[in-house]
This record gives sequence, structure tokens and C-alpha cells, in this order.
Amino acid sequence: MSTIITSAPALAPASKEPGQGGGVDYLNHETSIASWLLTLDHKRIGILYLVAMSAMFVLGGFYAGLIRAELITPKGDLMSSDFYNKSFTAHGVIMVFFVLIPLVPASLGNFMLPLMIGAKDVAFPRLNLISWYVYMIGAGFTLVALIGGGVDTGWTFYTPLSTTYLNSNVLLTATGLFILGFSSILTGLNFIVTIHRMRCPGMDWFRMPLFVWALYATSVIQLLGTPVIAITLALVGVERLLGVGIFDPRLGGDPILYQHLFWFYSHPAVYIMILPPLGVTNELISTFSRKPIFGYSMMAGASLAIAIFSFIVWAHHMFTSGLSPYAAMFFSLLTFSVAIPSGIKVFTWLATLFRGSISFDSPMLYAYGFIGLFTIGGMTGLFLSTLGTDIHFHDTYFVVAHFHYVMVGGAIVGFMGGLHFIWPKMFGRMYPEFLARMSAILIFVGFNLTFFPQFLVGYLGMPRRYHEYPNEFQVLNVFSTAGATVLGVGYLLPLLYLPWSVFFGEKAGRNPWGATTLDWTHTESPPTPHNFEETPVVTGEPYKYDTLFNKESALAGH
Amino acid sequence: MWDFPIWPESASTVAPSVEALYLFIVALNIGMTALVFGLLVLFSVLYYRRADDQVPPQYHGSMLLEIGWTAIPTVICLIVFAWGVKVYAELVVPPADSMDVYIVGRQWMWKAQYPGGQREINALHAVLGKPVKLTITSEDVLHSFSIPAFRVKSDAVPGRYTTLWFQPTQAGVYHIFCTEYCGTEHSRMIGKITVMEEGDYQKWLSEKAELGDALQGRKLFAKLQCVTCHAGESQARAPSLEEIHMKRIPLSFDKGSPVAPGATVLADENYLRESIRYPSAKIAAGYQYPSIMPAYDESLVSEDEMFQLIAYIKSLKKGQTPTRNEHTTTPTALGAPAGRP
Ligand code: HEC
Ligand SMILES: [Cu+2]
Ligand SMILES: [Cu+2]
Repeated sequence: MSTIITSAPALAPASKEPGQGGGVDYLNHETSIASWLLTLDHKRIGILYLVAMSAMFVLGGFYAGLIRAELITPKGDLMSSDFYNKSFTAHGVIMVFFVLIPLVPASLGNFMLPLMIGAKDVAFPRLNLISWYVYMIGAGFTLVALIGGGVDTGWTFYTPLSTTYLNSNVLLTATGLFILGFSSILTGLNFIVTIHRMRCPGMDWFRMPLFVWALYATSVIQLLGTPVIAITLALVGVERLLGVGIFDPRLGGDPILYQHLFWFYSHPAVYIMILPPLGVTNELISTFSRKPIFGYSMMAGASLAIAIFSFIVWAHHMFTSGLSPYAAMFFSLLTFSVAIPSGIKVFTWLATLFRGSISFDSPMLYAYGFIGLFTIGGMTGLFLSTLGTDIHFHDTYFVVAHFHYVMVGGAIVGFMGGLHFIWPKMFGRMYPEFLARMSAILIFVGFNLTFFPQFLVGYLGMPRRYHEYPNEFQVLNVFSTAGATVLGVGYLLPLLYLPWSVFFGEKAGRNPWGATTLDWTHTESPPTPHNFEETPVVTGEPYKYDTLFNKESALAGH
Repeated sequence: MWDFPIWPESASTVAPSVEALYLFIVALNIGMTALVFGLLVLFSVLYYRRADDQVPPQYHGSMLLEIGWTAIPTVICLIVFAWGVKVYAELVVPPADSMDVYIVGRQWMWKAQYPGGQREINALHAVLGKPVKLTITSEDVLHSFSIPAFRVKSDAVPGRYTTLWFQPTQAGVYHIFCTEYCGTEHSRMIGKITVMEEGDYQKWLSEKAELGDALQGRKLFAKLQCVTCHAGESQARAPSLEEIHMKRIPLSFDKGSPVAPGATVLADENYLRESIRYPSAKIAAGYQYPSIMPAYDESLVSEDEMFQLIAYIKSLKKGQTPTRNEHTTTPTALGAPAGRP
């Protein structure tokens, strides 16, 4: 019953010709609204997430625009301090919890994971749909809180400000995030079981595409870390509602305890955001240079190492909080341990490109952007893990710049690369390549123009979350806002041409990029409802390009 | 508007140390970024796809390279870490002869108290070349006290003390920022520190002179009737407080007392503060749990007064405890014992 793959039979560019498949696919076999809202198909659920998260991203971006507009001048002349504080809180909460954390796993991961491991769906399709509804309910609560009056705690909810001093919608927001956490936990659980139990025959652990390894490492963090933030938010609720002293020293609590609990989740959460885009980048670099990833097992190991180390570095966010100097040294040292596997990844990609056959399709441009920005983001982390320099940089714009390089330059750009990569698989259509390259370049340029000046203004000492600032910081802030405008245009383009391409794009064919993993070689574009007509059997490594133009196996793949 | 600094002033003894380390890491950043961008460009130029059916050689890895790019960064990281610790040690250990200034943060201002009793709001004065140690706390939420020109920063945490020190090397006026988000007016919680010559400073001090902190603390000590229990001559009711600052105090391991047997505690400012706010949190050896000492909360002793009491206890020499005034009555623990959970 099974097709035996003797070598991964990627397709020749001949497959770029339109008119492949043409039969029933997961998009056209049912088309009612109900068939989308009640779907158990991982591919459709991935798209549901994509739509929801895009909407959240636009909203979060709108708040970012407000912030940048206000900061053009040193005086707070555009809005009140109160509204400014609510804007950056909304920006942070939306972008961190509703966009970055679920971004790649829930959309691209949901879509790709079963295809990549030769499965018909995830292990628990119903749970998968429930996760999406949980996400939507959490988003609903949070949006009601943000729009109906707002919260001004900052996305970190530091106590006792959040528990006893503010009278904005803290409880409602916390409830929204508490609910949202379950979506993350359930998705993580679902992926872990899927990867353990649903791999097709022959797909042993070291034959999995590296994106799957990244999803696995991410899911472990989601499963272990998210309950901690849920409990922490619940405790904030208990203190706020019942006045039980947990974090407020006036009630006998300890505000530093909150920071420990919060960062115990929120540092690993950074890796929930960045590991999947790191995984996506492996697929892009390999495919567009036609080389296997250099040092596959090192790369897979690095993902797991990052996931594990990420749990033991949290107090690097607290070096100025009066932490004991010995604890500070300990956490500083441990923090360097995440730098090593991150570096390994960058070197590995470079080595993969060496003597490759490199093409510059738009996903690859995004991958280049990702590597560049992730390198700068990672390297500037050194200033913050080093005790002697962190004291000066802590809570300044330097930190803002650093984590935007990692979160936006890394996670979002990596996601964009992945999205452009799998778009033809998702919808069976190509987007306008020229516009896509323009957008990749605009995002890269706009991004650097926005955030590089923030390193400088941070070194000068400009604190975060300042509605007003001294005059001498103005020039750099104006640069930053100008850059944000370019960045905005860069994001706007895909929001226009991608939906357009779903209807009017050129037909893509099953393997337009000449990729070698099962999702490209063994499924139609768009895939049929159950992905594979016959269960594939894998006999070799995931990235194997020397048989790329072997016509026989290419035909066998049909 | 178009003055355009990209380098902050460097006006304290630690600033050059921080700067040297900063420059070293900047060099590492430039090196690594140049390497990555350089190779990306180079490989793109050399190895762009020339024909649609081109298949490059398939390398799978190289042990030597992989060990290399694990080991070399590890060594570099360890160097940066060690250098960071060295600079950090400079940042956290104040010289013994530092002048004490107490800082209380509250929404949205900084209050400073000098040993001579002078007070300021959103301003600080320091002498060129003289080390100053700040003991910082907050009356409400978290704040953070930062002077970028000195490269120093420390959070103001309600319920405990944190410290920070600096020694100015350049006369002038510098920014003080609150760097921990603290609510609506966070960005207005700013101030200035003026560094002046010794002579000017003394003049400024004498203009603002008031009763010194320790003396005010002595008055409070009598007024709050601490002296009824902490009498110099007898330790029957309570331990003597003479010369206890920075001593190791053996703690009582009694039923319900939340410490391990044989534990001791260093009587630093944080401990003194805790002993007054939450007496039952740690019990001195020889006394019972819960403490008979009343818990002096904010309504009895404000954070400002707390600093005065502590300044007084720190100044208390052998045999200097005032004698008990016979007419005062002994206060009893106010309601339930205030243990710190
Ligand atoms: C009712 C008697 C009583 C009064 C009044 C009292 N204390 Fe105490 N104090 C004690 C006892 C008993 C202890 C030892 C048990 C303990 O550690 O709580 C103590 C301990 C202390 C300690 C810790 C000393 C050590 O060796 O560990 C300090 C500091 C202190 N008191 C300061 C004060 C100050 C300041 C006041 C006035 C604001 C005050 N006390 C009022 C009874 C009292
Ligand atoms: Cu972190
Ligand atoms: Cu503040």
C-alpha cells in the first residue's frame, strides 16, 4: 500500500508548470463557513490561526504607530500619559501573547507538521480546534479589556503596581491571558504526542526535518512553562481581588517573588517565539542552497539545548532588583550558555551555504534578513547578560532595541520567510515575486532604521516606557519613527498581495522550490483533505538533493 | 534640537571601567556581524545558482568545525563573563568611607535625606571625588534610581533596601531617571544630581542644615518608647542595640520561629528595618516567638523616619543608650503578632 521512497524524490523545476492536481483539495472539498469553523483539519486550523493572528498583528502594529508618533517630540503633546501607558501595554500584550508566542507553531506549525512527518493530521484534531477557540476566547477577553478602558500595567504586570495601585482592567486582561495559556499548553501537548506517535514508517528521529525538531523543543517549553505564568496571573488576581498578601509588602508579600515567577515563564517564552523561526530558517537555507543542513544532529541538539537552558536563566531580568550578587553572577554565567547553541545555528547556516547553489527567491531573502537581524539581536544580548554592562543598560531603550531585533527581526522576519515559503503549498498559488522581494527588502531596511537608533539612545540612558524625554534624545527618536514608517509599508505589502494571490496568483505546482521534505514531494499543492493518498515510507535523510533531477523518482512522487 | 550626542557623559570612577568593557563587547559585535554579513555576501556572489538543474556537492558536517564553533565562542563568553563580574564587583561594593544618603521613591518623586538632616526632592548634591552610598527604598510600587552619567542603577523596592554607590569625577549637573515603570507619571519621575567642589558643597549643606538624622532618630527612639524595652543596662526585656550594626546576630530556633537551628543573620540595614517592621520575622536568640515587640508599620514609622531610626542605631556606641524614662508605660504588641509570612 505504500510508496517506497528510496531517496527523497524532490521534483524538478518542471513542476513549476501550472495545472497540477486539479482535483479535490482541502480548500475546495467543502466551502461553507461552518465547514471552516468546525473543521478538524490541521491545515484549515492553521489558516484560522493565521487570520486571527494577522488581525492581532495589525492591531498591535497600530498601537506601535501611536507610540512612535508620540515620541517624535520630547513633550507629551499627542496624548495623555495615561493613554500612552495604555498604548504600550496594549502593544506589548497583543504582540507578545497573541502574536509572537503562537505565531509560528500555531499557523505554520499546524499546517506543516503532519505534512512533514507523513501524517494525516495531528494526534488530537478535536483538541486542535478547541485550542483555536480557546485562543479566540482569550483574545476576546483581552480585547474587551484593552479597548473598554485599557490597562496600564505594561505587559510585565509588575507587582505591587498591578495588584494594589492601578484601577484599570487588570483582572479582565489577566483572565484573558490565563485562558489563552491553555491554548498554548494544548497545542504543545498535541504536537509532542503527534511527533512521538504519528511519524510515518521510516521517519525516525534523525530523519525528521529540522523544523519538526524546533517545534518539538518549543512544545516542551509550552507544556512546562505556561502553567507557571497561569498560576502567577491567578495569584495576581487573588491579591487584587481578595487582598491576600502575596506580592505587596504592605500585605506581607514580596514583589520580587512576582518577578521570579513571571520571568521563569517569560524568559523561556522568548524561545517559544524564536525557536520555530529558527527551525523554519533551516528549511529555507537548505532548500534555496540545495544543501543538507551542515551538522544536522548538532542543529537538532542545539534546539533542545536552548529549550533546556532557557529555564535556568530567568533572573538576568532582575540584576538591578537587589538580587544577591552571588545569584547575579550565577545567572549571568548561565545566560551565556544560551549564547553558544544560538551561535552554533548561525555558523551552521553559513557552512550550509558554502559551495551551495543559492537562489534568491523571496523566502530566501527573508531568511538572509533573519540571519542578519538575529545575529545582531543575539550579539547585543551579550551587553545584557554581562553584569558590568547590564546595570547601565537595564530598562533603557537598549533593551527595547535588543529584544525587537530578536522578536521582530528574528521571529517575525523568520515567520514571513516561512509564510512565503509554504504559501504555494497552502493555496496552490504563487504571489507576485517582485512585490514579495520588495517587501523583504523594505522590512529589512525599515527595521534597522527603526531599531538601530534605539541602541544608541539606550546607551545614552533613555529609559523605557517614557512618555516624555529630555531634548537631547530627539534626533534618534525621529530616525526611529521614520524607520517605523518604512517598516509599516513593508508589512502592508504582503497584507495586500498575499490575499490577492489566493485568487489571482499563478498556479504553483506541487514543488515549486525543489524542496526535499515529504510535504513538498508527496502532497499536492494545495494538499488533498487527508494529505497523503498512501502513507509514505521514508528510507533516508530529509535533505538530499543529489537525486533532485532523477526523473524516475520525480514521477514516482506523483 | 540638533545637538546629537551618541555617547553619554562619563562622570564617575566606575564609568570608565564600564566603558572599557562596553567597547570590548562592541568590538565582538562588530567582528561577528562583519563575519556573518561578509560571508553571506561572499557566498551569494560565489555560489549563486547558475543553472536550474545545478546540484552542489552534499557535505554533511565536519566534527572539527563543529567543535571549533562551539569551543571558541565558549571561551570568548567566559572572558566576557569574568570581565563583567570584575566590573560588577566595582559597582556593588562601596568604599568604607562613603557618605550615606537615603533615598525614598514614591509615585512620582524621589526624596533624599542626608546624614545632617538636609532633605531634597528630585535632586541630589554630591562632592567631586567623594564616594556616596545611597540606601534606597520605596513607599509604594517599584521604581528604579538611575544616573546614566555614572553608569549606576538600582531598583527601589518597597519592603526592603537596595544600595548603590558612586564617586563623581567631574563637576556638573546630570540626569536622574526612574527606570522602572511605576504608573501614570513615570516619565516625570526624574531629577538632577549636582556635583560640586567641597567648599560649595559645605556652603550648600549649611544653608539647608537641620537636625541630623541620627539625632532625629534618637528623639524617635524615645518618643516611640523603644527605650522602655531596649534599655542599655538590662537585656531582660529586649536585646541591647549598642554597636549591633553589621554584627552577626544568633537567631532563636523556637517553636514556630521560621529559621533553621544555629542560624545567624548579619545586622545590616535590611535586617534592622525588618526587625522594626516585622519583629517576628526573625527572633534574636534568647527571646521568645512571637516577639513581644510591637510591629511598627507605616502608620507608626514612615520610611523617612525609618531611615532616621536606623541612622541612630548605627551611631549607637557602648553605654550610650538613653536611660529609661520612668513615666512612660510599656507598649504591648499591637493586636496579633505581625509575623512576615
Ligand atoms: C515591648 C518591648 C519592645 C519594644 C517597645 C521595642 N522592642 Fe525592639 N525588640 C524587643 C525584643 C523582645 C526583641 C528581640 C526579639 C526579636 O528579635 O524580635 C527586639 C529586637 C529588636 C531589634 C533586633 C535586635 C537584634 O539583636 O536582633 C531591633 C533593631 C529593635 N528591636 C529595634 C526596636 C526599635 C527601633 C524600637 C522602637 C521603635 C523597638 N525595638 C521597640 C522588644 C521591644
Ligand atoms: Cu530573558
Ligand atoms: Cu518610574
